[in-house]
Amino acid sequence: MSKEVERLSDPGLPDHVHRKADHDPAAADKAERQVSILFMLSVVGTVGFIVAYVFVPSDKFIFVPVMGSTNAQQLFLGLGLAAATLFIGLGAVHWAKTLMPDTEEVAERHELRSEEVDRQDFLATFKARGASSGLPRRSLIKRTLGLALGLVSVSPLILLRDLGPLPKKSLEETSWKSGTRLVTDPGDRPIKASDLEIGAVAQVLPELTPGEERTLNNIAKDAVLLIRIRPEEFQLSPERLSWTHEGIIAFSKICTHMGCAVALYEQQTKHLLCPCHQSTFDVPQAAKVIFGPAARPLPQLEITVDTEGYLIARKPFNQPVGPSFWERS
Amino acid sequence: MKKSEKVVGTVANYVDERTGAAKWLKKNLNKVFPDHWSFMLGEIALYSFVILLLTGVFLTFWFDPSQREVLYNGSYEPLSGIKMSAAYASTLDISFDVRGGLLMRQIHHWAALLFMVAIVAHLMRVFFTGAFRKPREFNWILGIGLLTLGIVEGFLGYSLPDDLLSGTGIRIAEAIIQSIPVVGSYLAFFAFGGPFPGEAFIPRIFTVHVLLLPGIFLALITAHLMLVWYQKHTQYPGPGRTEKNVVGYPLMPVYMAKAGGFFFIVFGVTAFIAAVASINPIWLYGPYTPAQISAGSQPDWYMGWLDGLVRMAPPWESYIFGHTISWNILIPGLIVPGILFTAMALYPFIESWLTGDKREHHILDRPRNAPTRTAIGAMSLTFILVTLMTGGNDLLATHFSLTINQITWASRIGVFVLPPLAFVITKRLCLSLQRADRDLILHGRETGRLVRLPHGEFVEVHEPLSAEKAYTLASHEQIPALDLPLEDGAGVRRPKALRAKLRARMSAAVTEQIPKPTSEDLKEIEHH
Amino acid sequence: MRHLSKYRRHRFAGPMLLLFALFMIGTTYSVANATPKLSTNSFAKTTAIDEGRQIFLRGCSSCHGLNAEGGSIAPSLIGVGAASVDFQVGTGRMPMADMSQQAMRKKPLYTPEEVAALAVYVASLAPGPAIPTEAVVEYARDGNTAEGGELFRSNCAMCHNFAGQGGALSRGKYAPSLMDSTPVQIYEAMITGPQSMPVFSDKVVTPEEKLSIIKWIVSAQNEPNLGGASMGRTGPVSEGLLIWTLGIGLLIGISVWLATKAR
Repeated sequence: MSKEVERLSDPGLPDHVHRKADHDPAAADKAERQVSILFMLSVVGTVGFIVAYVFVPSDKFIFVPVMGSTNAQQLFLGLGLAAATLFIGLGAVHWAKTLMPDTEEVAERHELRSEEVDRQDFLATFKARGASSGLPRRSLIKRTLGLALGLVSVSPLILLRDLGPLPKKSLEETSWKSGTRLVTDPGDRPIKASDLEIGAVAQVLPELTPGEERTLNNIAKDAVLLIRIRPEEFQLSPERLSWTHEGIIAFSKICTHMGCAVALYEQQTKHLLCPCHQSTFDVPQAAKVIFGPAARPLPQLEITVDTEGYLIARKPFNQPVGPSFWERS
Repeated sequence: MKKSEKVVGTVANYVDERTGAAKWLKKNLNKVFPDHWSFMLGEIALYSFVILLLTGVFLTFWFDPSQREVLYNGSYEPLSGIKMSAAYASTLDISFDVRGGLLMRQIHHWAALLFMVAIVAHLMRVFFTGAFRKPREFNWILGIGLLTLGIVEGFLGYSLPDDLLSGTGIRIAEAIIQSIPVVGSYLAFFAFGGPFPGEAFIPRIFTVHVLLLPGIFLALITAHLMLVWYQKHTQYPGPGRTEKNVVGYPLMPVYMAKAGGFFFIVFGVTAFIAAVASINPIWLYGPYTPAQISAGSQPDWYMGWLDGLVRMAPPWESYIFGHTISWNILIPGLIVPGILFTAMALYPFIESWLTGDKREHHILDRPRNAPTRTAIGAMSLTFILVTLMTGGNDLLATHFSLTINQITWASRIGVFVLPPLAFVITKRLCLSLQRADRDLILHGRETGRLVRLPHGEFVEVHEPLSAEKAYTLASHEQIPALDLPLEDGAGVRRPKALRAKLRARMSAAVTEQIPKPTSEDLKEIEHH
Repeated sequence: MRHLSKYRRHRFAGPMLLLFALFMIGTTYSVANATPKLSTNSFAKTTAIDEGRQIFLRGCSSCHGLNAEGGSIAPSLIGVGAASVDFQVGTGRMPMADMSQQAMRKKPLYTPEEVAALAVYVASLAPGPAIPTEAVVEYARDGNTAEGGELFRSNCAMCHNFAGQGGALSRGKYAPSLMDSTPVQIYEAMITGPQSMPVFSDKVVTPEEKLSIIKWIVSAQNEPNLGGASMGRTGPVSEGLLIWTLGIGLLIGISVWLATKAR
């Protein structure tokens, strides 16, 4: 292997240095006292723990420097338990260090590899026993067993099929329909265009039809953010501009990157920021991505007002909301 | 014979007649364990796992893993009357309506963080000292498995309370599953029992978190420890320590007292931190709904590097034949972590392939004596550190008056530039430390005393090193680079010559060393 | 979320809404209309406008223009209302110390009387949101903490963090911590939308809901530490820092002691 350079010679284990407690009985007694004091501190900790559990009310707060006003029960239960366990440990280690033998012992190490005889013996036995099973010769058994085992291992996967339904088109659909009113979240109040001042935002959801319930599954796709800016500030194609109403523009609040709620609207710069991964969207340019990992703008919801003047969706979203997936075209 | 001795003797006899345990125990009570603080890191991980089991069982007595909607009417006023999942409500109940419940929750969560810290610290110790070398490659791979499982187990654990922060984490996990080409949306629908968030996910991950993964953990930890036991522990170089022996304290009583005591110490320290420092205050986060979010949403630290990778990812998506491939998720979320963990698991084999070293090693390397390995370690740590810091870029921005955009761009560049830089610097540093060792052995320690020689020159008196110290510094071996002939005897190019050339070149880089002093060098110096 | 619509039917909802609507209309009307009028009783007001104008000319006009019409570096103040002035100047954000990304909260430069005079002057330029003093005083009575929390998480937490500690915005801007904000200032911020913050219109977040939000923020300001030191209430980052320093540090320290030979 290598041309081993000559090593410095091994001086061997250094001489054992005796501890004070090894030859001085007084020092040993002192160490014993220290260990038992540590164990007694653990006892005090357990007593404190029980006292805190039984007598400290859960609504009692005390002021502790650095920590501030702190719940007393939680603090004392914790400190009691900490002392109860920590001091057992410290005591045991101190005992081991000061009073148990501290002479280092040397144990021999043996190569893990088996003796050559044993290896040969094993190989011969294994081959002979394997052959006696007939498996190497009887290829029909070998193949059918392989097939059977292979197939049986598929069965758990089959059983897992009912974990969930197939996605079908559901990732592409939301509850927004043509004419759905936009209602505040929370509050469920319909809103008029005049309700929003310039620079105002509103978190909205589609209005529920009577008897309908809103689930988190709906919210996860339906959440929309309304923003009102001065109409002349839009830099939109005529088509997209027609999707807005009097300076009010509506975007899906579900980030196109990983689905967090994008709702950090900066009124002056008109940027929308996602707090999860800092994708930044420019509102006047139809939420174009100007920074961060998101690759697509937030889907824009086409809005208008109904006869009563309430804001409604003119059409459903024209693309799936939220993060990308394989089937998304 | 005292009465108590008689009783113990009877019991021991009873057990041994039925198990024959005496022989095995006799041998193992004398088992020797070397002592070093860095050998306790793995024990910290083991003991935090035990703490996690104990406190986890406590928590399951009250936790209701259900996404059924309930009205909260517990004792935390600012949430009273709010609709939330039963999982969130029962976590609030554990925190405020079960005495000691909050303490147990906090110990459980702190122990989980400590578990991961200890695993990573233990991994660093094993890596930098070369403890993964033959015969311990299996244990290295088991360790990587435990690290991976730990990350998953931790993520599932903090997702259980169904609060606004963890729900956001689940949302991101769903997006990662969904981004997998071809099968992504199917996998996501299977995992969540339909569209996100559904009502099936938390009950399912509860079973995985408290039953499936802990079971696998127990099996892997047992195998990990049995291998340590069977292969005997490694030891640091020093006088009297060889590849053929192990120097330390016997299992009984010293190691039992120290290791047993250390369990209580780890428990005590964890309980202390849980008593004085709040963790995961889910009552402040509020219940999860997909339309809400908090500024500064970050995962626990062991996921932070992943989140950082995602934050610095470029906005790439491909649209091919009516299909979408999200590189902005796939690269940071699956591809880079996959490469990292595979490379980590294969490292022992790569190193031995490059050094050609196939022998057993039980004496640990001092990191400086394996400069390339140490440099690779420093490079990886730098990578993780850059990504981890990017995972908190919004907090860095507000706390150090920076901008998110600056930090993101700095990290996008830094993640490519800083790790190689760390590699070069670390390698140079190791080599100069080797040079310092060489000088120390040859010329002794500088004493700071100046002596005037008869002819007027001032020299500093050097004190020779003790034989023990010198041996510790120089007992390691230096493996030469592989000598791979590219041509056979007749001057004909061998097959795979290109591969051999590459391997030889890498081998030369891996084995770069400062020649250590030999006995001859020392003798020579003594003649002066 | 059906439950969010429930306080529409709260037994106080109708009367309260009416009361606040009337109150808001009243205040707005009085501020907007009373100022230009020169009735016999308005002598004090007129002097206040003059005084405010003097302060404005000295301290604000270099950026906002001599008639508050705005300039290249500062917006017009016509129509921003007294609430805006009270918020910006009362929290020390205006006048700005330097041309940084964002005006920071600092020690106010002007006395409350001067701020009031400035507010009256700016309000006299055109109608705008008035200072909502008395409405806000009643948050303790009319707000609901839990509902306020729900509204806060929907409308505020994305920028100001789950516990009102503030957070980062793009390009160095930030949402400030709310821990030192007074109820009046919070109300003013919601109706005027200072700096990066959007406006929360009264039809979108009703005055009653605003009071609930304020009540929740006040409760968050006084939130005791239920589980020990709060560590900034910014989430898992500080927890990770603590376990990598104090946690593993303590244990390594003890390990070193454990592995050292006793003397």
